[in-house]
Amino acid sequence: MRYVRSFVGFWWDFIVGDDWRVAAGVAAGLAVTAVFQVWWLLPPVVAIVLFASLRRAARA
Amino acid sequence: MTGTLLSGIGAFLASAVEMVEALTIVLGVGVVRGWRSTLIGVAAAAVVLAALIAVFGAALGSIPIETLRLVVGALLLVFGLQWLRKAILRSSGYKALHDEDEAFREQRAAAAAAGDVQRAGMDWYSFTVSFKGVLLEGLEVVFIVISFGAGQGRFGPAIAGAALAVVLVLVAGVVVRGPLERVPENTIKFVVGLMLTSFGCFWAAEGAGVDWPGDELSLIGVIAFFAAVSWAFVQALRRRRLGTPVTA
Repeated sequence: MRYVRSFVGFWWDFIVGDDWRVAAGVAAGLAVTAVFQVWWLLPPVVAIVLFASLRRAARA
Repeated sequence: MTGTLLSGIGAFLASAVEMVEALTIVLGVGVVRGWRSTLIGVAAAAVVLAALIAVFGAALGSIPIETLRLVVGALLLVFGLQWLRKAILRSSGYKALHDEDEAFREQRAAAAAAGDVQRAGMDWYSFTVSFKGVLLEGLEVVFIVISFGAGQGRFGPAIAGAALAVVLVLVAGVVVRGPLERVPENTIKFVVGLMLTSFGCFWAAEGAGVDWPGDELSLIGVIAFFAAVSWAFVQALRRRRLGTPVTA
């Protein structure tokens, strides 16, 4: 069990990193994009998610 | 064509910057403790990394391209945002810049302080540190090569870009005989972060069913958009930092 947890923890840290809210924001942005089917939606959503994450890092 | 060329360049830059960091670790250990076990560790890690590309590359080939682009694009986007976020924080002074010379000195000191661990004619400290260093730095390259190859539907350009970077860094390391501290690592990481984020955004949206205007040519627009946004974020954070203390 310990190895499974370490394995999952490693990949989580490798891909998601410091701020899980970035991954959550991307998932939400993709879901909205899939519903509305417009190409211009995802880039600004990603920019907003990035901005929010940077603001949190700067405050910390 | 645009996507193929850009994915080759992206893999080249990502591989170059990660290999510069791996070279620092290998040099730090090899110079202090000898080269035999260190280089065996490097070779073992290279075999594992090549096997990962072969296994995952072959396995991903059987998945439909739309599904693959959605999953790989989303993962690449999240992964790329990590790189971009760190690069923006470094450029704006909120995070310390990576210094290869300092990393080299730390690695040498650790290698000199470590005890003698000789068994079966091998220095296991040298083997373990070089194996782990190359494997962990290389794992990011493998992830990028697999993502670019899977998203593109062909692995050739990404593998060629990454392999070329490995050869160039190795040759530079042999010529310089020291860490490559003059390589503008932080700038390269910024560019790689931009490319990973842009490719991830492009493929993930495509996988979600969206048609980009101009198809792959849109990638240039997406990269330009994230470059402009990142530049604006760096400026905003720099202005903000003037009133707050810097933390490394």
